Amino acid sequence: MTRAISTSGVDPMNQGASAKEEVLCDHCDLPVPAGLIDPDAEHQFCCGGCESVYNVLHGAGLEGYYGIRDAVAKDNQPAASSNQNYEELDDPAFQSACVTNLPGGECETELLLEGVHCAACVWLIERLPRVCPGVIESRANIRTRSAVVRYAPDRVPLSRVAQALDKLGYAAHPARGAGAREARRREDRKFLIRVGVAGAIAGNVMLLAIALYGGALSGIDEFWEHTLRYYSMGLGLLSLVWPGRVFFRGAIAALRTRTAHLDIPVALALAVGGIWGSYNTLTQSGEIYFDSLSVLVFFLLVGRWVQHRQQRGAADQVELMLTLTPTSAERLLDDGTTKRVPIEAIEVGMRVRVEAGGSIPCDGIIQQGTTQVDNALLTGESRPVACAVGDEVIAGATNLGSPIIVTVSAVGDSTRAAKLMALVASATADKAPIVQFADRIAARFVIAVILLATLTLTLWTIRADLRTGIEFATALLIVTCPCALGLSTPMAMSIALGRAAKQGVLIKSAAAIEAMSNPTRMNAVMVLDKTGTLTQGKTRVVRSECDQDLLICAAAIESGSNHPLARAIIDASGDGPTPPAEDITQTPGAGIEGLVEGRRVRVGSPDFIRGSVGLDRSIESAVDSLLTDGLTPVVIADDQGRTGVLGIGDPLRDDTIAAISALHARGWDLHLCSGDHPEIATQIASQVGIEHAMGGASPERKAELIRSLRDQGHRRIVMVGDGINDAAAMALADVGIAVHGGAEAALQAADVYLTTPGVMPIETLCDLGAHTMKTIRIGLVVSLCYNTVAASLAIAGLISALIAAVIMPMSSLSVVALATRPWKHKGAR
Amino acid sequence: MSVILIMIPGAMALAALGVWAFINAAKKGQFDDLDTPAIRAVFDDDDERPGQRESGHTIPNETAPQDQPPPAAR
Repeated sequence: MTRAISTSGVDPMNQGASAKEEVLCDHCDLPVPAGLIDPDAEHQFCCGGCESVYNVLHGAGLEGYYGIRDAVAKDNQPAASSNQNYEELDDPAFQSACVTNLPGGECETELLLEGVHCAACVWLIERLPRVCPGVIESRANIRTRSAVVRYAPDRVPLSRVAQALDKLGYAAHPARGAGAREARRREDRKFLIRVGVAGAIAGNVMLLAIALYGGALSGIDEFWEHTLRYYSMGLGLLSLVWPGRVFFRGAIAALRTRTAHLDIPVALALAVGGIWGSYNTLTQSGEIYFDSLSVLVFFLLVGRWVQHRQQRGAADQVELMLTLTPTSAERLLDDGTTKRVPIEAIEVGMRVRVEAGGSIPCDGIIQQGTTQVDNALLTGESRPVACAVGDEVIAGATNLGSPIIVTVSAVGDSTRAAKLMALVASATADKAPIVQFADRIAARFVIAVILLATLTLTLWTIRADLRTGIEFATALLIVTCPCALGLSTPMAMSIALGRAAKQGVLIKSAAAIEAMSNPTRMNAVMVLDKTGTLTQGKTRVVRSECDQDLLICAAAIESGSNHPLARAIIDASGDGPTPPAEDITQTPGAGIEGLVEGRRVRVGSPDFIRGSVGLDRSIESAVDSLLTDGLTPVVIADDQGRTGVLGIGDPLRDDTIAAISALHARGWDLHLCSGDHPEIATQIASQVGIEHAMGGASPERKAELIRSLRDQGHRRIVMVGDGINDAAAMALADVGIAVHGGAEAALQAADVYLTTPGVMPIETLCDLGAHTMKTIRIGLVVSLCYNTVAASLAIAGLISALIAAVIMPMSSLSVVALATRPWKHKGAR
Repeated sequence: MSVILIMIPGAMALAALGVWAFINAAKKGQFDDLDTPAIRAVFDDDDERPGQRESGHTIPNETAPQDQPPPAAR
């Protein structure tokens, strides 16, 4: 049942081969790479993960998955199986932290899952009990991409449950920090309860108000009028002291820290309206405003809840990214076997094994093996560091070469990475929150409203009496309450957060949108990290002055080497077959030589070749120009006098130059700040067109740069980075942006996380910010128009509670409609 | 008209009952996930509810990685 269709219009990547028929994977329906097509097999798969999921589904009678998926999913993805055995999940240290014991001997735990994207995934995950006996129930949540699994621990260990999910194509990660998640969930529930209660009260007060307004127009018995007013007062005050007390709390907190906040004018209107309304009810005279007040509380809470929900969604997704970083280590036992244990169970003095390509879990000393480690995430150095027995390695570095055994010298809080995280925590505490546009307006708003209210009060006290004065001043305070502003800002922000997420930008704090919107006005500066941010963070052959034949010979010799430069040379030689190489001798720190097809070929540093065959002038000048461009020169020479030279370095990302010029055009003042060698930093800066460059910067120096920029009068500082070495600076800056593929610490410190590779999404974020701020400003103008009309009516003494009750929802509805203004990105793409 | 004196408190009590039910539901986490139940509703009920049947189908052995130690004893 191999399905085959023409690729034209199906896969843009393969349009060149549109005439050819393409074999599709039986599991995910994506094209199967040419090398994996097995003409004899009944089924074709694009990867091993898809194949094993397909077999599991058919073995367990769960073929229904395909029907649901084809009906609902827009884009299919290959299975995200990782084929781990998850034995660290059975460790008691992990079990006590993350598993809840239920009565009846059952256990429950939450697992975050990779690869959940549509309804069919939910269907499949919830059928876990049919695939894995011992699992009692599995409930998926598509928004947080997680599943709560209830299982019988005496029948199935947790590692088997995780393995089963993995085999279904969802690599599982334990949800750490269960306490914090539970606390957040409780906070979310409280928020929702406030909205619901405020809504119920507002609805009931409105019912009473209709009777009262009807009575005011057509006459009402005085007894009934007062009864209804007492009921309104009861409900209105309930709304103010229960769901509405968040505004009073917010206003008091803002006054205490002497910052402007929208809660201040809101609380003022609520307090004055509530007190005067109660006075009027008790003295049985004048107007009551409880209908307007309770609707006000409800609308403002709805606006805030919508924004809160949207932000929480982004934070949840970042948390999933966080759990993807390895949290287990391979412990070497005394009998020579290894065991996967959670990082919490590692102690000083234990020995751990780190695979090639693995992440080093703790600080330690190499006990066995020689390798290269990539410290880019920790220090920003783009070149790997060679390490041998006795050398120190740090947690968070990547082991590039061969497997090593490390004796643990520091764990947890005492590792270098943890000390950097402490720096992040203190920087976060130092950081002044961005005063948002709505709050800045609120500060002026309060003054204007108080002045107008005083004016109304004096005017009408003189013209009539004190009572009338208070009456009209209260009316003014309520009708000018910035409900529209308080509603339009969160609405526009949450719509922007949703749009940004679709473009691959996850935003944890809505203030970031505003901070990115207008670089020229705020004298804004953006500091960019180099390694892994502007560049790909990987060693590649960037420039080649060498013919293909010689390059393939070099690749043949290097194919047995684990030197990082070797990887780059092999990648550059293409996919073709390499001839066999023999008699290979390696000179550490210099080069390698061997026999390929009867020729002796040497590959290595210029000094290595100079010492053996010598270099002619053209090669020498090529080497010099590579060195001035900050690249590592590698010379290839054979015994027949042919020579070539390769420049190896860390190439720029494809979109870096376009994105940098687009950011320049927007008016950003750009700085480059790298932990790499100053020469390389300067060279990359001039290549992409950044005027200020700083190299050799330690994490502390980077944070220092942010402080000094702030002292120089820059009022918006954005830090873009990817590593632990950028995390402190990111936390200290007004907005920290972590690029795709960054370290855990960078994710925690960042306000914004890019889910697609490259720096172009930053430009998209700027455009979205500008659009959103324009929307908010239009909303502000509209609501100010309403307020001006209402205020003039109030000053003229023409306002009645009815007019106030009509104007307020009208202004709110129109700004909410405005907030959905469509956005079309006019990016450089 | 005096029936209103009973009707309004009655209506209020009903509203309070609704609010009480809502608060309880929210506290129990009924509104924690507003997206997945909408998806669940589109599935056909042609198979057993999860949890009612636990035996029968298991992972075929040949798909299990061969080079793995058995799960640790617990």
